[in-house]
Amino acid sequence: MQGLLPYFINGVSVGGQYALIAIGYTLVYGILRLINFAHGDVFMVAGLIMVYSSASLPMAVSIPLVLILTVCLGFVIERVAYKPLRTAPRMSLMISAIGVSYLIQNLAFYFTGGLPQPVSNPIPWISENVTILGESTKRVTLVTPVLTAVLVVALVYFINHTKIGMGMRAVSKDFETALLMGIKINSVISMTFVVGSFLAAVGAMLYFTNYPSVAITSGGMPGLKAFVAAVFGGIGSIPGAVVGAFLIGISEELIKGLGYSTFSDAFTFALLIVVLCVRPTGLFGEKVTDKV
Amino acid sequence: MMKNMKREYVITAAILLAVLVGAFVLDAALPSYHIAIKVVKKACVYSLVAVSMNLLNGFTGLFSLGQAGFMLLGAYSYAILCIPVAKRAGVYQYFDGGIVQFSLPEVFSGFLGGTVGPVVGMLCALLFGGLLTALCAYLIGLPVLRLKSDYLAIATLGFAEILRAFFQWNAIGPLTNGSNLLKNYPDIGGAAAYIILVGVFIGVILLLVNSTYGRAFMAIRDDEVAAEAMGINLAHHKRLAFIISSFFAGVGGGMLAMYMGTVQALSFKSAMTYEILLVVVMGGIGSITGSVITSFLYIAGLEWLLRGLDSGTFLGITSPIFKNGFRMAIVSVIIMIVVLFFRKGIMGDRELPDLFRKKEKKGGGAK
Amino acid sequence: MSEIVLKLENVTMQFGGVVAVDNLSMEINRGEIVALIGPNGAGKTTAFNTITGVYEPTNGQVSFLGKPIVRNHPQGKMKKAYKGAEADKFAAQSVLNPTPDKITALGMARTFQNIRLWKTQTVFDNVLIAKHMLKTSNVFSATFRFNRAEEAEQRKEVAELLEIVGLSDVRSELATSLPYGKQRRLEIARALATKPKLLMLDEPAAGMNPQETDELTAFIARIRKDFDMTILLIEHHMDLVMDISDRIYVIDFGKLIASGTPEEIQNDQRVIDAYLGVEEDA
Repeated sequence: MQGLLPYFINGVSVGGQYALIAIGYTLVYGILRLINFAHGDVFMVAGLIMVYSSASLPMAVSIPLVLILTVCLGFVIERVAYKPLRTAPRMSLMISAIGVSYLIQNLAFYFTGGLPQPVSNPIPWISENVTILGESTKRVTLVTPVLTAVLVVALVYFINHTKIGMGMRAVSKDFETALLMGIKINSVISMTFVVGSFLAAVGAMLYFTNYPSVAITSGGMPGLKAFVAAVFGGIGSIPGAVVGAFLIGISEELIKGLGYSTFSDAFTFALLIVVLCVRPTGLFGEKVTDKV
Repeated sequence: MMKNMKREYVITAAILLAVLVGAFVLDAALPSYHIAIKVVKKACVYSLVAVSMNLLNGFTGLFSLGQAGFMLLGAYSYAILCIPVAKRAGVYQYFDGGIVQFSLPEVFSGFLGGTVGPVVGMLCALLFGGLLTALCAYLIGLPVLRLKSDYLAIATLGFAEILRAFFQWNAIGPLTNGSNLLKNYPDIGGAAAYIILVGVFIGVILLLVNSTYGRAFMAIRDDEVAAEAMGINLAHHKRLAFIISSFFAGVGGGMLAMYMGTVQALSFKSAMTYEILLVVVMGGIGSITGSVITSFLYIAGLEWLLRGLDSGTFLGITSPIFKNGFRMAIVSVIIMIVVLFFRKGIMGDRELPDLFRKKEKKGGGAK
Repeated sequence: MSEIVLKLENVTMQFGGVVAVDNLSMEINRGEIVALIGPNGAGKTTAFNTITGVYEPTNGQVSFLGKPIVRNHPQGKMKKAYKGAEADKFAAQSVLNPTPDKITALGMARTFQNIRLWKTQTVFDNVLIAKHMLKTSNVFSATFRFNRAEEAEQRKEVAELLEIVGLSDVRSELATSLPYGKQRRLEIARALATKPKLLMLDEPAAGMNPQETDELTAFIARIRKDFDMTILLIEHHMDLVMDISDRIYVIDFGKLIASGTPEEIQNDQRVIDAYLGVEEDA
């Protein structure tokens, strides 16, 4: 059991990072019924921005820069690639998301030459080594769950106690009625993407402190896993996404610890399929009946 | 009137014949490694896979993202069944030569002689791959086809990833060579052979789509509640579409293996499925002709014309922006433009004969 | 000697805590036109959906031509939560829960309150697709055209059907390009293509003006005559209902409050209070 402890600790850390990405998926799906395939790539771009800006700018400038640019990216993607297709069939929207993901990855390949970009100048303090329970790890492992919890609480407060948060809840319950009731749909949707991208940027900065190398495909797996976490927890439910993310993070690390690392990714997909077949609405999701 | 109706089919048939003749000419005139032949062969494979995906996603409305997994099954089936016995020890070097100790081309050479035998063997391997994939699709479909569209997409994506991880597992290495390459198996022929094969397979799909089953699939896509109310069993027909589509995806995977000369599970990532999906969308969901034409344009564009964009000189212009990766970046931008502004794709839901059909006079028509 | 085509016994549909259809029993005889009327939200379409297999009833039995086709009794969580009547009547018998396509295969076809035509298909193909369930070919013989004779026969039947409903001239048009009234006729033609013994129409006159409603009334009467059809309809247009129905069932809040001939219903006080109202004196 002692041998698994470092894996467990790592799992808690990576689970928190997945949680920050998962919230973005669950928010967007709740409002637009869209699986934002590009979200994982936004996460990856945030990592790249962090690598480049921290290499040449002081940390106090580069951290806000990462947040601002990532938020802008998320906003622009929504306006350019999703807004025009709002009345199109769902498949078209999903295809657009896949197209955006494809575009981001190819652009990133072009600009970076395809090589993984090492984090040459990691964020100080959180990247320092500390010792917990006899195991040596980076401080980011402790910071992540705490920061995730703080952000989630802030987000839930925001959704339940602000006007625009109420707008988000209304739109996710019934898009058309919200529109008819005069809710500024464009602002609500943009805010959803802004929040999701902000959290993804924070998650990226934490994640790439843990794994200090950003490859083009670095967004793919964490993105997909975060999505599975969101589905597991009940798509549209923030606490569900967080619980799912920690579960996946911890499980996949434990699987690695037990020696089956080839299957740590497959575990996530097996979990997904079991959830979809047994309880598609997820842990905290709501059942929806179709009217004929 | 009869002559007019036949006109567009005559023109279509003429075009297809010209393509076939062109392929024979290419095979005769150029060496087999020439880029033109390679482009034709790869485009044929992509056409088949794109059409199989269009059958499922476009005609039946089942948004499945599992194509890469089915292609993987077909590719491995072909390779495993066709590596010559003498070469097996070399290929399966970490697994004592591997479990399978025969190869279909050689088995059939025994009955049918050295010229026909290998071809029959390779065809059997392709068909076996298709059947195995169809069986797998049947099993996967049992739980998965009940799900709503977005969930179906993610579940099929998940299964494809699981298959990919499974095929890299060293425990089944004696069969699949684990995470190592499979290689040294034969290719069925040149451009003409590919065109004939793919032509036959796509022809079958075309017949299916224009049959009563094809219409039932489209009814399910347009309104499945109404389809069910009119006596169409949804579970049965969705399963049928899924199985048939994956059969051809498996065959396509086998042909991809033939074309590439090596097979490795690693290369069958979800990015491959996205690529095919984007080809289908650009060609027009619900248009077989669109999928075929777009496959050819896409592969030709990618491999041939735009190679210059990656290497510094294009259309006579030399510039530092033309470095590695520029080609794919431009292609991605073009794809986004088509997805956003030309949602119906190149062909919409029309087929080749529709292009040559005279426009019907509006109003006052007899009958 | 009339044959009972459709029989509902104690059909109850409960969603969560809401009883949408409450202990409904009905009978339809061969060749009758029976109407199911009631205020909005009374449970008419829900009853329809229970008969056609879209919903599984919480309790009760539906029989077609003497044979039970749908049957259920309160089970599991519903046992405690059940608010309806006759909870034990069908408890000993097996549960029958066929999908809608199997019910259509038995000989019951329906139309929808909100027209559900297949948008990318022509008028002709919309009706032809409804013949798919009658085919004897399988996917191989259909693909490789061994079924040419059967398909030709089906196409002939579709052409005749379109002729009868007066849509032959638009057979090659896209279904959605037709005006509303013709789309409704097309939906009915499509249902007839499945060779049903019972035709179920869900608000066929919805959205029609008085003249269109009159044409529809004549159309439905003609169908009963030409096809020897038994018809169940849900409707709000009282002129259509009173003109054409042999018998009427009235439901309100899921419960049957009256049944009888049009004259009896028009004079039934409960029906007047719940739904019809009284004509104002000039």
